[in-house]
Amino acid sequence: MDDNISLKIAGINLKNPLIVASGFLGLSQHIFKRLYNLGAGAIVSKSISILPREGYRNPTIVSIDGNSYLNAVGLANPGLESFSNEIICNDVPLFVSIVGSSFEDFAKIVNKLKNFNILGFELNLSCPHVEKMGMEIGDDPKAVFDIINIVKKNTNKPLFVKVGIGNSNIITIAKVAEEAGADGITAINTIRAMKIDIETGYPILENKIGGLSGACIKPMGIRCVYELKKNINIPIIGCGGIMSYKDVIEYLMAGASAVQIGSILGFKGLNIFKDINNDLQNFLEMKNYSHIGEIIGIAHRQ
Amino acid sequence: MHTDNNSNRIVTIETIVEETPSVKTFFFKDKLSSLSMAGQFLMVWIPRIEELPLSVMISHKQDFAAVTIRKHGYGSSSLFNLKKGDKLGIRGPYGNYFVFKEYKNIVLIGGGTGLVPLVRLLYQLKQEKIEITIIIGSKTKDEIFFVDLINKILENNETYKILISTEDGSFGKKGYPSDILDEMILDKNKKIDMIYTCGPELMMKKIFDGAFKKDIPVQASLERYMKCGIGICSSCCINDKLVCYDGTIFNNEQLEKLSEFGFNYRDKSGRLQQYNSV
Repeated sequence: MDDNISLKIAGINLKNPLIVASGFLGLSQHIFKRLYNLGAGAIVSKSISILPREGYRNPTIVSIDGNSYLNAVGLANPGLESFSNEIICNDVPLFVSIVGSSFEDFAKIVNKLKNFNILGFELNLSCPHVEKMGMEIGDDPKAVFDIINIVKKNTNKPLFVKVGIGNSNIITIAKVAEEAGADGITAINTIRAMKIDIETGYPILENKIGGLSGACIKPMGIRCVYELKKNINIPIIGCGGIMSYKDVIEYLMAGASAVQIGSILGFKGLNIFKDINNDLQNFLEMKNYSHIGEIIGIAHRQ
Repeated sequence: MHTDNNSNRIVTIETIVEETPSVKTFFFKDKLSSLSMAGQFLMVWIPRIEELPLSVMISHKQDFAAVTIRKHGYGSSSLFNLKKGDKLGIRGPYGNYFVFKEYKNIVLIGGGTGLVPLVRLLYQLKQEKIEITIIIGSKTKDEIFFVDLINKILENNETYKILISTEDGSFGKKGYPSDILDEMILDKNKKIDMIYTCGPELMMKKIFDGAFKKDIPVQASLERYMKCGIGICSSCCINDKLVCYDGTIFNNEQLEKLSEFGFNYRDKSGRLQQYNSV
């Protein structure tokens, strides 16, 4: 039924292009299963670190303008040991997102999980609100190269590298990732941002600064995917502010082979997958495309 | 679904009622909160300190609502110490609510601040004809509260009963509220159409187990550690359900399928932990 929206990316077959982005609903096998049954093409776990992390105190999430979120959860996750028990019987298409603060961390996590029934890994090198674990590494081309190198030495599973808008040029970092052997790029992560309550004069987030997701970052995501497509040959997963099938189409036209969604789940609930997939199929039919792959990168036509 | 209530609304604490030495109710004006259904919750921001999910308490004043808190951790103690005139941020109400149909005989069972959604239910029912039994559980006599309030809400209902249990036996029946329910259930002449409960999970589990044997339907309001309150972070998951998004109220058919109910919860990092059995 979904044949015209099924796809293959970095050797992985997906029934549709909708992947649940890391950070959203990513810690329970029961929930992974539910998301898959609701129509998600794949799910990316929360970013897993060696040790459990409680994250920041609340407030960790602030809604902005009814279509975007600012969050500083602080990479809360159950840690490698507990999470590997969680997914030991995994039977849904799952990517494990990983974070670390040393090369050994990444190697250790990958070694523990490489023989699990998972699609692959996503390196979170772009979390904008945790020091020494995310963007600070992702801004350093040499560190990016070395981490990917270590991960690829330890596993044959596909590796996506999630990049964001930090201090380094996103294209430079993505090119380094490609050279180092990454199988794909996920772009973009949330963008460093802030919200101050003007009644009290206090920043709302406990961490004060967080990462912005949702509709307001979509044009930046589209721009990044478009520029990345011009500069790298490995597949791109587009991410940032997808609120309808139209946004999915836009990312694909910019050059993405699949997309990740997250904020939309907060605004529209968990039952959106089937609708978006149906809308995608209707769009393809209306425009006389026989397969979704035909629109990938068409914005680059001369 | 929650698009309009997501923004932080700053409210001023207008009245504070001390329920017990460790429990206070804070009243504030907020129309959206005042319209909450019984069992819905607010994310309450104590500026610079913490944000807590709290069930919406009733207020008799139009467009007012309240939250009732027991001082316990960092966030709740900070809220407990706030004064009249202090500001809070509110988002919500979130979550589903207790469902009432044409029941003739209902039992409400709560412990501590778990009484809050049950009080709101009584307040909204305004039922004079149905038989209502309220079972209140407390550790000790000094920690019993809301009894006067419930008497006032039900002043036109001639048949209601309030039964109280204390763990130390200092008031009412010594033991747990589930002990009182078990006795009620044994009474063959007593038909119960619905049990509503909110409180410690192990108490609710006992109530569910007792009711399950006699095929009595239950609606229970569950509590889990929450971060987002809007169904995106998974902190509050119980099996494949999200307490903030699918709940907080779950009925007996749902509870039956939740193997973690009464056994497991997730800690702040998301690790599955076990309740210490009593």
